[in-house]
Amino acid sequence: MEVDFHHYLPLIFVLLLGLGFAGSFLLLSYTFGPKKPTASKLDVYECGVPPTGDARERFSVKFFLVAMIFLLFDVEVVFLFPWAVLLKEFKAAGTGFFAFGAMAVFLLILGLGLLYEWRRGALDWES
Amino acid sequence: MTIQSQEMLLNMGPQHPSTHGVIRFVVKTDGEVMSEAMPDVGYLHRSIEKIGEICDYNGFMPYTDRADYLSAMNANQGYAMVVEKLLGLEVPRRAEFLRVIAAEFNRIISHLLSVGALAMDVGAATPFIHALKEREKVNDLMEALCGQRLTYNYVRIGGVSYDMPPNFSERCLDFLDRFEPQWDEFERLVSANKIFIERLSKVGTISREDAIAYNLVGPNLRASGVDYDLRRDIPYSIYPELDFKVIVGHGEQGEVGDSFDRYIVRVREIRESIKILRQCFSRIPEGDILAKMPKVLKPPVGEAYVRTESSRGDMGYYLISDGSAKAFRLRIRTGSFTGMAIIQKISQGMMIADLVTLIASLDVVAPEIDR
Amino acid sequence: MLIIVLKIIIPFLVIMQLLPLLIWLERKGAAYIQDRRGPNRAAILGVRLGGVVHSLADVVKLIFKEDIFPTNANKFIYTIAPFIAMAVACVTFAVIPWASPLEWKGSAFSLQAVDLNVGILYIFAIGSMGVYGIMLAGWGSNNKYSLLGGLRASAQMISYELTLSLSVVGVLIFAGSLELNTIVQNQGSNLLSWNVIRQPLGCLLFVVSAFAETNRLPFDLPEAEAELVAGYHVEYSSLKFALFFMAEYANMIVASALIATLFFGGWQVPFVSTETLRTYAQPIAYYSVLGLGLFSVAAGWFLVRRKHKVVYHDARDYETKVLGFPALLVGLALIAGQILYGPLPLGETGSQVAAAAFQFGAFLAKILFFCWVFIWVRWTLPRFRYDQLMKLGWRVMLPLALLNVVVTAGIYLWF
Repeated sequence: MEVDFHHYLPLIFVLLLGLGFAGSFLLLSYTFGPKKPTASKLDVYECGVPPTGDARERFSVKFFLVAMIFLLFDVEVVFLFPWAVLLKEFKAAGTGFFAFGAMAVFLLILGLGLLYEWRRGALDWES
Repeated sequence: MTIQSQEMLLNMGPQHPSTHGVIRFVVKTDGEVMSEAMPDVGYLHRSIEKIGEICDYNGFMPYTDRADYLSAMNANQGYAMVVEKLLGLEVPRRAEFLRVIAAEFNRIISHLLSVGALAMDVGAATPFIHALKEREKVNDLMEALCGQRLTYNYVRIGGVSYDMPPNFSERCLDFLDRFEPQWDEFERLVSANKIFIERLSKVGTISREDAIAYNLVGPNLRASGVDYDLRRDIPYSIYPELDFKVIVGHGEQGEVGDSFDRYIVRVREIRESIKILRQCFSRIPEGDILAKMPKVLKPPVGEAYVRTESSRGDMGYYLISDGSAKAFRLRIRTGSFTGMAIIQKISQGMMIADLVTLIASLDVVAPEIDR
Repeated sequence: MLIIVLKIIIPFLVIMQLLPLLIWLERKGAAYIQDRRGPNRAAILGVRLGGVVHSLADVVKLIFKEDIFPTNANKFIYTIAPFIAMAVACVTFAVIPWASPLEWKGSAFSLQAVDLNVGILYIFAIGSMGVYGIMLAGWGSNNKYSLLGGLRASAQMISYELTLSLSVVGVLIFAGSLELNTIVQNQGSNLLSWNVIRQPLGCLLFVVSAFAETNRLPFDLPEAEAELVAGYHVEYSSLKFALFFMAEYANMIVASALIATLFFGGWQVPFVSTETLRTYAQPIAYYSVLGLGLFSVAAGWFLVRRKHKVVYHDARDYETKVLGFPALLVGLALIAGQILYGPLPLGETGSQVAAAAFQFGAFLAKILFFCWVFIWVRWTLPRFRYDQLMKLGWRVMLPLALLNVVVTAGIYLWF
């Protein structure tokens, strides 16, 4: 299938517009704002006391865990999209239930994976 | 999950939106779950007790307002009572009624602020504004009574400073009639809200034993299932003549002594205060408002301790007199201070968001902690 | 070329015009929910426009505020984060169709900035870039509160993105296309065939996920002011803060537009098809202009006659007159024009444009309605806790979304 890149050209313009708009805001305050830095003004906010330690510490692995689970499921969602779009054509061609069955197996595996994570405690956030 | 990660040491406070004044909590957290939260008090210490030993008895009254500015009337009343106890003074009945009226109104607005701020800390901004709206109306009434809206300085040793202005009881009863439906509406908005209940139930549960061991007082103690109210159990003023219920937490949305119980106890105490106020207005006698007293008060040598049920619970004044015009020693015992001690114990393994809920549900008021 | 540029610029400007209006709506809506007056002080020559001027005043104020670079922050990341947040929010609108495509010389002329055949994928792809802005802001500020806010934000947004994309699958099955315009046309003008009726669960899941993706209450954990003070933008000042602030509202508009497009018939006017609109374009245009004129006259008359309770002794006393007289005159002119010249012949192109304008109005009304829902919910509900949020996302919404896919596909194939 030939991809018509002509359709995508205006996107570049949209991107430029968005970047330009956001960029102009950054420039505006940089230009017009007063510049009177003091040591305490530029200090890190930690509720008014001298900050203890740095924020650049190793943080909890649970946040990475969420990202990893997300990655697995998101890839699977990507598979669902073309299937969903083409289901109409499958139905017209009379192979609808085959397509449905295939995806049902896929979703079943996906669901089992979710269940496994659940049971393993990857979906516990209280502790 | 057995993987350990480095813990972050986070300062919550003194300049933090939900520490209700300037208190500092040093929080050890891994991102969401805390292993410990250590309260650090003292940022608001103003030596109020020491001031009590420098100025004379009548002159100290305005300072008691500042000890707990959210229920200044109760603080006034406690101090007046301890000096009267040393003097052996009889307060006119009308003055007692006026004190109770003022104190119960003060309890209402203190609880209003507490409950509203709790809702705000849980994330709902609207209930707070609605609570403050009602609070302003009570402030208007208090202003009519004594000319002040926050630090009243209304109670005098031996009575009160002003009698009721004309039409005052009609205005108050009118307000109470309007306030009750408003309060129903508030409850519909907050108490029945699913997210609100989820955020509060089983959070920061304080068991009955812990509550007694850590010396919790007032609504916090009653929320843990201890049926104890100084107004009924060590009666003072005209409370024995009044008919009111002591609200105890039942754990209706989870466990006894959780944050929801502390919330609902305050919500219902407001209704009890309304009941008390109605009775007071129907029974208030005519008469003097101030007992006859010498110009300079010189209580006999001795000591006295008086406990009153303030909005935040047991507020005690301990006074030693050496017979001069100034107190020899004065100590104030406040409810919020004892509430701080239990935070460290309860907060282990809590989430950061729950610490905020816990502080708000304990109704911690910074100036009352530090005095 | 000019047309392409115009097609991009005009919707962009519409969104940028909606932004201050939405901020005003939020503040005023919050005020009325909370029994207050809300913004009503800022004025230009005494004209306050009910407080809209406040949005303008805020922008001007923020321009002249000091741009702070905290000592410990990573300057590059700290600067680029609000930039990313705003730029992403600005480009997602590109594929949203504003009205029915015009037929011009035998070819369709779509009324959307960029006519992509993978429209919805584009929105998800670009929209998920938004998390970078918040995450980098959290990390780049080198502040613990920001870091926690950023971590929360990334965990929350990626969790709900799954449900967001899964809940659309049902819609895609019915439409058989990723193109937003096809999805809208597939729903038809009959209100009962809109996706909100065909996909009620999908709609609910999508709306909830949209709330989470835009970080609005009850999902505003990344900036939860009670716990994290302001979360990821604690350290930001002046227009850098404004960029985050505006990005939130721009995201809200895009989310509302998506909800309307995917589940509430997009630009479809309820029960009036595009053909009907085009056939009766002339009378519809005539009567709507007449109605507009009448409304303008009524509003102007109301404003001119309105008496102030307070006399300010400054320009504010003439505010209602300044607003009322032009409205009155414009209204009278519209009515007079319509009555004198009668229904103007519109022609083929004219009637199409008139129909498109009417559909655009309907779409805008839907967007504003959903924006109002966002605001309404924000000032009613408390905030979730982190574990409740994640549980809701992973244990309730995700299985429901998967179930929705299977059931929808099954029902679709059965009938």
